[in-house]
Amino acid sequence: MEKRIYLDNGATTQVDPAVLDAMLPFFCKKYGNVSSLHSFGKEARHSVEKNRKVIAESINAEPEEIIFTSGGTESDNLAIKGIAVYMRDKGKNHIITTKIEHPAVLNVCKVLERKGISVTYLDVDPEGFIDLKELEQKITEKTSLVSIIHANNEIGTIQDMKKIGEICRKKKVLFHTDAVQSFTKVPIDVKKMKIDLLSLSGHKIHGPKGTGVLYVKKDLSIEPLLHGGGQENGKRAGTENASGIIGFGKAVELASDKTHVKKMTRLRDYFIGRIEKEIPDTKLNGPEGSKRLCNNINMSFKYVEGESILLHLDNYGIAVSTGSACSQLNLRPSHVLEALDLPDEFVHGTIRFTISRFTTKAELDYAAEKLKDIIKKLRKISPLAK
Amino acid sequence: MEYSEKVKKHFLNPSNLGKIEAEGLGQGEELVTGEVGNPACGDLMKIYVRIKNNKIIGCKVETFGCAAAIACSSVTTELAIGKTIEEAKELTRERIVQELDGLPPLKLHCSNLAVDALKKALENYEKGINVIKK
Ligand SMILES: Cc1ncc(COP(=O)(O)O)c(C=O)c1O
Repeated sequence: MEKRIYLDNGATTQVDPAVLDAMLPFFCKKYGNVSSLHSFGKEARHSVEKNRKVIAESINAEPEEIIFTSGGTESDNLAIKGIAVYMRDKGKNHIITTKIEHPAVLNVCKVLERKGISVTYLDVDPEGFIDLKELEQKITEKTSLVSIIHANNEIGTIQDMKKIGEICRKKKVLFHTDAVQSFTKVPIDVKKMKIDLLSLSGHKIHGPKGTGVLYVKKDLSIEPLLHGGGQENGKRAGTENASGIIGFGKAVELASDKTHVKKMTRLRDYFIGRIEKEIPDTKLNGPEGSKRLCNNINMSFKYVEGESILLHLDNYGIAVSTGSACSQLNLRPSHVLEALDLPDEFVHGTIRFTISRFTTKAELDYAAEKLKDIIKKLRKISPLAK
Repeated sequence: MEYSEKVKKHFLNPSNLGKIEAEGLGQGEELVTGEVGNPACGDLMKIYVRIKNNKIIGCKVETFGCAAAIACSSVTTELAIGKTIEEAKELTRERIVQELDGLPPLKLHCSNLAVDALKKALENYEKGINVIKK
């Protein structure tokens, strides 16, 4: 395998070498526990607090509103369980979410349902947008929380945070969003958008794996998942992952250069254009233009099956993902594709390409060429293609 | 959920995938087809079996499905060719899996349809359905 081209940045990203450099001193030299009072603790604490500030500023929050966690999954769990359980005890036993959430939200909701909390799953339109009117109608006096993913990880649909925030504030319910995919790619302002809780993850933005943040609006009470030494204002016990936090902060700093977003948007549209022009019977899933995540390309290829495309691309060193692999016992495509209600002949041939600021046009050209050949080859042996 | 080397080999370079055209049949040859699966479930196979004097002399499959489905199709055709109809009827899913050095558990059922398509074709042959004679 000569070439290796990584087009699966929605799954995880390469750690930026500058991030690694920033982290390294915190393993063997500045290894103090941030809770310790001596100089070792102080030097680690200073760096952690500096990075807390960097991350807070990037979403227009206050440093004390930032809780460090072990990743996006933990942040989603803490936000939803933390609020739903706390509010259930106050007589509010209903939450609202969507059908296209990440499993880190959906599976938390499933657990809560078993514990007597009722959950409304909002439908989405064919491009993946929720209906704001429906959201407003579904909020009752029993509703404690609305959790809606900012940018969808499969199809890149960016929801209107500002409008959702306004509805939630007006109806006096709390608003959580999973912003793991959108962070640094779509502007986030927790004050303007009236967001109460927001989940972030380090490894989707060229930071280290196992690092996350939950923003919790000041004065908001939340039931912790982890109890122990009282770290992170008592909201998340456990010695802070200093090196990880430093790396996360560095990654945020590096992403503040917004020319990256422009570059990815340009490459995204270039690739979509090439595929649509050169491969017949394809369909772009999710919206076009500014309401689509700048690094997400999700396309369905009629008459062929996603896993077969993926493995052929892998054979050429090109890494992508599919939401349509029959990896589940029920043989159904992903819950997100299901929610879009794609025609059967498209839904099984769905591939997600997710680029990064390191992706080049040459890489996309190579991928487009190989993809063209692969689709042709698979259609030739498909009984559906006539 | 890793595939064996055998699966990868058959998937990347499958034998006998495609269709057999009736125009190409020689004197005394017959062509029968069998189809199984459902595109809504993500798997559909149509098998073409060329028969002469009770023997399978050619076999091809059109497959819509995952890598395992394509690999199973490839192996099924290889095993079918050269067998008599009676021998071919004895082929089982287990035999196909064995030939591929195993399949991931989740793939055992949905992907391994080619042998069912073969049986369907041979059944059709006996009933005289979908048979073309030269
Ligand atoms: C939208 C979304 N939420 C949550 C997660 C989970 O984040 P992590 O891998 O940091 O636990 C991911 C990543 O897979 C994601 O894409």
